[in-house]
Amino acid sequence: MNKLLLIACLFLFHSCLNSSSETNDKTEENTSELNESKSIIKSTIPSLSFSEIEPFFRRENDTTYVINFWATWCKPCIKELPYFEKITENYKDQKVKVVLISLDFPKKVASNLIPFVRKRNIKSEVIHLNDSDANTWIPKVSEEWEGAIPATLIYNKQERKFYERSFTYEELENELENILN
Amino acid sequence: MEIKRILPQTFLVLSMVFILSSFMLNETNIKGYEIGDEVSNIDLKNVDETMVSFLDYKDAKGFIVIFTCNTCPYSVASEDRINQLDAEFKSKGYPVIAINPNNPNVQPDDTFVLMQQKAKEMNFTFPYLYDESHSVYAQFGATKTPHVYLLQKEKGKNIVKYIGAIDDNVRDESAVKDHFLANAVNELLVGKEVSVKKTKAIGCSVKV
Repeated sequence: MNKLLLIACLFLFHSCLNSSSETNDKTEENTSELNESKSIIKSTIPSLSFSEIEPFFRRENDTTYVINFWATWCKPCIKELPYFEKITENYKDQKVKVVLISLDFPKKVASNLIPFVRKRNIKSEVIHLNDSDANTWIPKVSEEWEGAIPATLIYNKQERKFYERSFTYEELENELENILN
Repeated sequence: MEIKRILPQTFLVLSMVFILSSFMLNETNIKGYEIGDEVSNIDLKNVDETMVSFLDYKDAKGFIVIFTCNTCPYSVASEDRINQLDAEFKSKGYPVIAINPNNPNVQPDDTFVLMQQKAKEMNFTFPYLYDESHSVYAQFGATKTPHVYLLQKEKGKNIVKYIGAIDDNVRDESAVKDHFLANAVNELLVGKEVSVKKTKAIGCSVKV
């Protein structure tokens, strides 16, 4: 009888262990699901008109904004994306914010842009600009801009500079440092 | 002894003048044409292997010069419209002349052979010229594809009258509200001044 009781206890104990480890697994599963959904949320890139993103160009705080215009089909844009990501990483403890504004065609956002951002695990903020009235909004970003991409705007309360060109990391950091100081 | 001293100094001064003046020349080249500027003649190879220059068009009233390339999505989206512009305005004296500014060593999609294929596939009715020296685009100041320069002949000179976009919606032809370029040509055709002389549009940077 005692032996049976012992075995029963052991059995119960074992099941308890199992279920607690199952719970652990479930917790892990939940966490990874949460991470998945976080990354899904991050990859659901907002598709906005220019008037909706215009505030990004007129912030009056202590942050220095590095706003890059790019598209998945633009080879020189893709080439310099890692440099913008590196800025996000290297300046994370400073008041610097990188915003990557995609000009991909609206019908390619789901098929091209979102998978691209997800695959590259892009950490900087990505926004999709869906506004065909380019002749109106291009000058609002900069009067100097003819419309070619890649193009970058770096600004803060003190200074504003527009670059219709691509960068090496050193060049980008150099320009940012000049504006920060 | 005096000559020995003077010569190196003279050389130094002359070299500095030369260097400074070449910087100034570069400045002018980078700026490109502005509205009202006179455009120098071009002489470039067409996809049919003949050379094409403005001087070949004795009866033209002007030219619709469009910098465009084979694969930039904005250029591709404009191809039908460029054909339509040529169809509409060539007979009225304003033929389209397309120029590919890209260097195929930098952008392999823009070799001469691929330009020939493109012209054939899309039934281009206009010259599609190869900018072999990669300097004509710089002369114009074209920074992207597509980039338009509308020229009008005035006393034998080609004068820039309009710079920029074909219309107000590069991506979607069916949603165009403002036909900037066509409006400009039509204004010139009735002897009016172009009312909207410069417009902007998104395009791909020139690959050189």
